[in-house]
Amino acid sequence: MEKIKTLADLKKMQENLRAKIDLREKSAQPETHIQVKVAMATCGIASGAKEVMEAFVEEFSKRNIDAVVTQTGCMGYCYAEPTVEITKPGQDPITFGYVDVKKVSKLIDKYILNNELVDGIIPVNYQSIDKH
Amino acid sequence: MGKIKYHMLVCGGTGCHASQSDQILKKFETLIHDRGLENEVQVIKTGCFGFCEKGPIVKMMPDNTFYTKVKLDDCEEILEEHIIKGRKVTRLLYENPETGEHVSDSKHMEFYKKQIRIALRNCGFINPENIEEYIARDGYQALGKVLTELSPEATIEIMKKSGLRGRGGGGFPTGLKWEITRAVKSDQKYVVCNADEGDPGAFMDRSVLEGDPHSVLEAMAINGYCTGADKGLVYIRAEYPLAVERLKIAMKQAREYGLLGKNILGTGFNFDVEIRYGAGAFVCGEETALIHSMEGLRGEPTVKPPFPSESGYLGKPTNVNNVETYANVPVIINKGADWFAKIGTERSKGTKVFALAGKINNVGLIEVPMGITLREVIYEIGGGIKNDKEFKAVQTGGPSGGMLTVKDLDTPIDYDNLIAAGSMMGSGGMIVMDENDCMVAMAKFYLQFTVEESCGKCSPCRIGNKRLYEMLEKITQGNGTPEDLDKLRNLSQVIKDTSLCGLGQSSPNPVLSSLNNFYDEYMEHVNLKKCRAGKCKSLMQYIINAENCIGCTLCARNCPVNAITGERKQVHLIDQEKCIKCGACMEKCKFNAIYIK
Repeated sequence: MEKIKTLADLKKMQENLRAKIDLREKSAQPETHIQVKVAMATCGIASGAKEVMEAFVEEFSKRNIDAVVTQTGCMGYCYAEPTVEITKPGQDPITFGYVDVKKVSKLIDKYILNNELVDGIIPVNYQSIDKH
Repeated sequence: MGKIKYHMLVCGGTGCHASQSDQILKKFETLIHDRGLENEVQVIKTGCFGFCEKGPIVKMMPDNTFYTKVKLDDCEEILEEHIIKGRKVTRLLYENPETGEHVSDSKHMEFYKKQIRIALRNCGFINPENIEEYIARDGYQALGKVLTELSPEATIEIMKKSGLRGRGGGGFPTGLKWEITRAVKSDQKYVVCNADEGDPGAFMDRSVLEGDPHSVLEAMAINGYCTGADKGLVYIRAEYPLAVERLKIAMKQAREYGLLGKNILGTGFNFDVEIRYGAGAFVCGEETALIHSMEGLRGEPTVKPPFPSESGYLGKPTNVNNVETYANVPVIINKGADWFAKIGTERSKGTKVFALAGKINNVGLIEVPMGITLREVIYEIGGGIKNDKEFKAVQTGGPSGGMLTVKDLDTPIDYDNLIAAGSMMGSGGMIVMDENDCMVAMAKFYLQFTVEESCGKCSPCRIGNKRLYEMLEKITQGNGTPEDLDKLRNLSQVIKDTSLCGLGQSSPNPVLSSLNNFYDEYMEHVNLKKCRAGKCKSLMQYIINAENCIGCTLCARNCPVNAITGERKQVHLIDQEKCIKCGACMEKCKFNAIYIK
């Protein structure tokens, strides 16, 4: 191991290492980040939810967007799988249906970056008992 | 293809370690490897999560799912359900004892809601055996900052302004201590980390060293820079093998990365750390005794002055701070004195780590802001008293502290309030007692500890505590007189006033505070020969209730001393002369026919 010779080197090293624990840092405070929940029950997986989740993770890291991507159980919209629920900090969650890999970029470009809505929104027909 | 989507944090603290957490971790790694998920799931060994009651703990990130009491057999299910199918394994989630509902993640657990984690910031978050994870979380940035931007004086000023006080128990202002050591001129100085944690039921320092050893090393280097020392010594008890091992790994890594050793970060500052082992004597937590022990002498305290800051290790100026105190330092430097001083009360800033033990539901390690009330700690974070029993008292400060009772439940906890209430902060042990604990017996228990741990150098402590113990023994055996209570009080005061070191000066505290708070209980022991908690064996009798006894002979067959007589289908009788009060008969009786009087 090469020794760290200056404070600047240490800071550079920290920048590079941050990615290693980034997932943990963000998860410790999910409410301050964009949260994407991919429904990954049997129905979701069969319709391609795994690839969709993969695509979100890839895209966010490519574009340097701070977001937490988690998988969740069946949201009950099996007819519209794969479904994802996106929560922007301080906003109510919105659920999108019929998401495929192509639609991931569209969701990021339009909804996440510009707050424009995208087709396939599933109207809220439930009440959450727990708003963080 | 494949970016890490999951971090599985497996607790590697001593508690969880003892319940096979290392095998659980290995099993997860094997299972992940078998399924080819290495690029998606990472398993990380961390320090203590604090929730030792329900260990081993496995925490899933990013969703903060908190699995408790995980066993080897559960690993496969967690992986299959949680990672592959995206479903939580409900039966392993923490169950809220009041509502009986499973709590989905740590964010919703009462245990964590009121905690502020500064000293424990990295415990249960990073891998303590990997310096890179520490560096990623601002590790060694504070050291870099003081070495390049701040003078020792300016750094000491920050420490003073932050209001940080010694977390080992005394509560001496840390910045002031550093300033005093700095002011002494000498060719060689030392900084020491006091990791001789000896209170029964306390494990704060151990957990910090196990979970985040680098924060202590970094702070010691900062301390060295401020006081003018190039050598640090960690005095740690040999009974903490895991903490020692992690500390050694941390020291080795820090040297490899050039963060300990010569010319740190190119600034010309030299600093290195060595370990000194203690043999587990309680008195060696006292700084002069600690220093003598490190010198190879008997672990006995000496009179102050001279203070260690003038003449300490090998006669050189020495600055001794406690583990938890050190763990606060890098954060204060990084975030600023004002940030730290905003947390806590007027005269006690920041947070305090407490080890919850005894009759409390959530045994474990917590870090709370100063000024929190005992009620919040016991009932909200601690989850209340075990088995819905009545709260009676809590002992803070270990054998040197006192008992706090129901009337103190709403007192904000800080250094000064605890002393005013007849106890002390101590290093942070909190032992909770319920209605089934006898306060005289508790005082006796602590006295027994101090009698064993007294170094014997000065007579008030060596002889006085022994006499106190004998008097308590006499009272619990039912031979006490009202005069004994006065004698107890007087002798306690003499020991406090005349002992040489902190051990002796504080050893009568459990006696005095139980006398003050539970005088009626002492009186019952003395006058009525009764122990209301049913703890003092000499004062109780096991009696067979003739109405319930059907003469099944089960008790007689289980009595180890053949004290129970009676024919089949006849009411039995316990011979009180022979009875050793082991309670085996009561435990075995299926008809509730045996009771304690």
